[in-house]
Amino acid sequence: MAKGQIYIVVERCKACGFCVEFCPTKVLALSSAFNSKGYHPPHVIHPEKCSGCNLCGMYCPDFAIYGNKIAGSTTGGKTIAVGGSHES
Amino acid sequence: MKADPHGVLTGTHFIDGDHACCEGALAAGARFAAGYPITPSTEVVERFAARVPMVGGTFIQMEDELAASITLQGAVWGGAKAFTVTSGPGFSLMMEHIGYAAMTETPCVFVDVQRGGPSTGLPTLPAQADMMQARWGSHGDYEIIALCPNSPQECFDLTIKAFNLAEEFRVPVMFMMDEVVGHMTEKVVIPPADEIEVVPRKHTHKSVEDYLPYGTNGDMVPEMAHAGEGYKFHVTGLTHDEKGYPNMTPQTQDKLVRRLQNKVRSATDRIAMFEEEYLDDADVVVVSYGITSRVAQRAIDNARKRGLRVGKLRLITAWPFPENKIRELSEKVKAFVVPELNLGQMVREVERAANGKAKTFAVSHAGGGVHDPEEILRVIAEASRCR
Amino acid sequence: MPINELVNPSPANAKQVSPNPMNEGLMNPVEGFLRSDRMPHIWCPGCGIGTTVNCFVQALIESKIDLESLALVSGIGCTGRVAGYVKLDSFHTTHGRAIPFATGMKLANPKLNVVVYSGDGDLSAIGGNHLIHAARRNIDLKVICVNNLIYAMTGGQTAPTTPGHATTSTNPYGTFEPAFNLPHLVEAAGAVYVARWTTFHVRQLARSISEAFRKKGFSFIEVISPCPTLYQRRNKMGDGLETMKYYKEKSKTRHGAPTSEVGLTLNGEIVVGKFVDRDRPDYQTMMRAQYAESLGDRYVNEMETEAETECVCG
Repeated sequence: MAKGQIYIVVERCKACGFCVEFCPTKVLALSSAFNSKGYHPPHVIHPEKCSGCNLCGMYCPDFAIYGNKIAGSTTGGKTIAVGGSHES
Repeated sequence: MKADPHGVLTGTHFIDGDHACCEGALAAGARFAAGYPITPSTEVVERFAARVPMVGGTFIQMEDELAASITLQGAVWGGAKAFTVTSGPGFSLMMEHIGYAAMTETPCVFVDVQRGGPSTGLPTLPAQADMMQARWGSHGDYEIIALCPNSPQECFDLTIKAFNLAEEFRVPVMFMMDEVVGHMTEKVVIPPADEIEVVPRKHTHKSVEDYLPYGTNGDMVPEMAHAGEGYKFHVTGLTHDEKGYPNMTPQTQDKLVRRLQNKVRSATDRIAMFEEEYLDDADVVVVSYGITSRVAQRAIDNARKRGLRVGKLRLITAWPFPENKIRELSEKVKAFVVPELNLGQMVREVERAANGKAKTFAVSHAGGGVHDPEEILRVIAEASRCR
Repeated sequence: MPINELVNPSPANAKQVSPNPMNEGLMNPVEGFLRSDRMPHIWCPGCGIGTTVNCFVQALIESKIDLESLALVSGIGCTGRVAGYVKLDSFHTTHGRAIPFATGMKLANPKLNVVVYSGDGDLSAIGGNHLIHAARRNIDLKVICVNNLIYAMTGGQTAPTTPGHATTSTNPYGTFEPAFNLPHLVEAAGAVYVARWTTFHVRQLARSISEAFRKKGFSFIEVISPCPTLYQRRNKMGDGLETMKYYKEKSKTRHGAPTSEVGLTLNGEIVVGKFVDRDRPDYQTMMRAQYAESLGDRYVNEMETEAETECVCG
């Protein structure tokens, strides 16, 4: 069961590869999709290995990816709303 | 707003222009100065360094004028009224930051106690050869205000005025003294604090959400905020929009730079200060400023005694140049006589404004001393003879 | 369709379909500190400046600094653009002069925490004089110096930090000047906290910045960063990622190393760590002590005059 989840701001990505390289559990790979600037953003290939450590977010020079720990089951899936703009 | 009494040394003093300038700054509410020693200006900050620990302010002698000229601006954005003091060579070093103050609309005062130049020149002797530099010294299009005191008393009074204009228009104001005015000792009367009018910082009252650092409410001068008040605003020397964000397009450039110019130029007639005498029947008008105006006074008085119809226009505000006054006079007088301690600087403005309607005679002087009134009188006589 | 389908273009609801859609996560911690309306930024792919910003933000969060009392001052250059991207009271000043501007700000309002965030050329070349004097005086400033070993913004000219015989646009046949060892320079000048990391060392960098916030006095943190477009490209050192791998491989953490031994060489070992952490009174402490001693109760401590701001603003 994944402990973390990843968020990607596709349009900001410049495919530098830092997140892919430095993810400690190798959760990411550059995808074959591309954004409007022609860069291949990363995608999650091993979601179950994500620990939510956010090293990807720390490394990303473009603020295009971040990860966080999935809230425990005690929250019962309640949405943690911050800023109101993160709607599904 | 009235002056803060802590900074006002009320009383009658016998001090020189440099010292009086310092007192003027304190009376105006200046509580920060950054400086670098340079003759003949150093006494201004030496006095400030001695006074501020007992008034509640800070002086720091920086490692060079480049630092001094920007340190004072950091202090302004930190909430203080601030100034620096220098002479020719230091003034040259400060030019980039004068431009930065103009571009970011940082209210502050730069005192230049002019001395012989160019380069190291005559450190202990007077000149008035930085007048054009005061106006045009930094790169790009911008406007400044420049004042020229001609006595220690004016060094006190007009320094307060300089700070007030800086706050009102959010520009760097050049206080153009010269070595003689700076080092001459005369009576200076400092009134009680409640008789001194001081213009407060144009601080915004808008909420954090509504505040635009470079938005104007129709009066061309934006409202200011300081660091540490929660506005989280951005200031940059890059061409910027109303949010203060860099926006490097010709359209933004046009809007911004024209406003920087117009906010001062449109108020030229209001800002302009001069002293007039004998203008009603004048054929010839002597236009002068600073120490030269005191010498010119003697020449004018002597000329009058000889029956020459000469009038006096003493510029107290050199920039923005009072073009309209000159234009108006050029319709009725034959000539302007412009003595200056330089090889012809403000005379060019007079000539430009007169636009051929009156002749212009420069009485130049390479600097190092003051004119002999006879020199000025001779040119007045010559001007009176012309058609 | 794979679970992890890429969605959407807008940063506001940037999200990937998560394995557990019931757990809507928190916003990227860095986003709240960014002027999102100015994204995307101008830095190149693989440039490390953005990475340093993440670390800076992490330090702000961890040290619980009051953001309303924080001012960030930068100079000119690629790193100088940080000021325009962070949602703080930020001042993008002139080339080399962030430190004196920051000094004036700190002296006028001692309650502010003032950070200087600028590049190696800005701080050590044109700004070199101000760097050493502020360190000498021990002005309470936190200086983050992103060192990409080059003048990047203007197209890749030699900087005082360019190592070895690197190729730059103003040394097209290779440099031949020795480079500054910045930690050594600022230690000698008087800095009380000196550290160096690379953009690979994200956690350590964030920690150093937090430590600097707890320190009173002149703190200097050098961050070696890639400039893939200019420095790395002209010297055939690969892209940003390869440079990061080089940092990972060739850096050696030596806390407390003598700064004379941490000079950089072309493609050589990079000594990282906290080199200096000492205590000496900062400028304002010394100033107040001196005045108090000389003037006794005639001394009016500028911090006591709250009236000052009212005085200025009316």
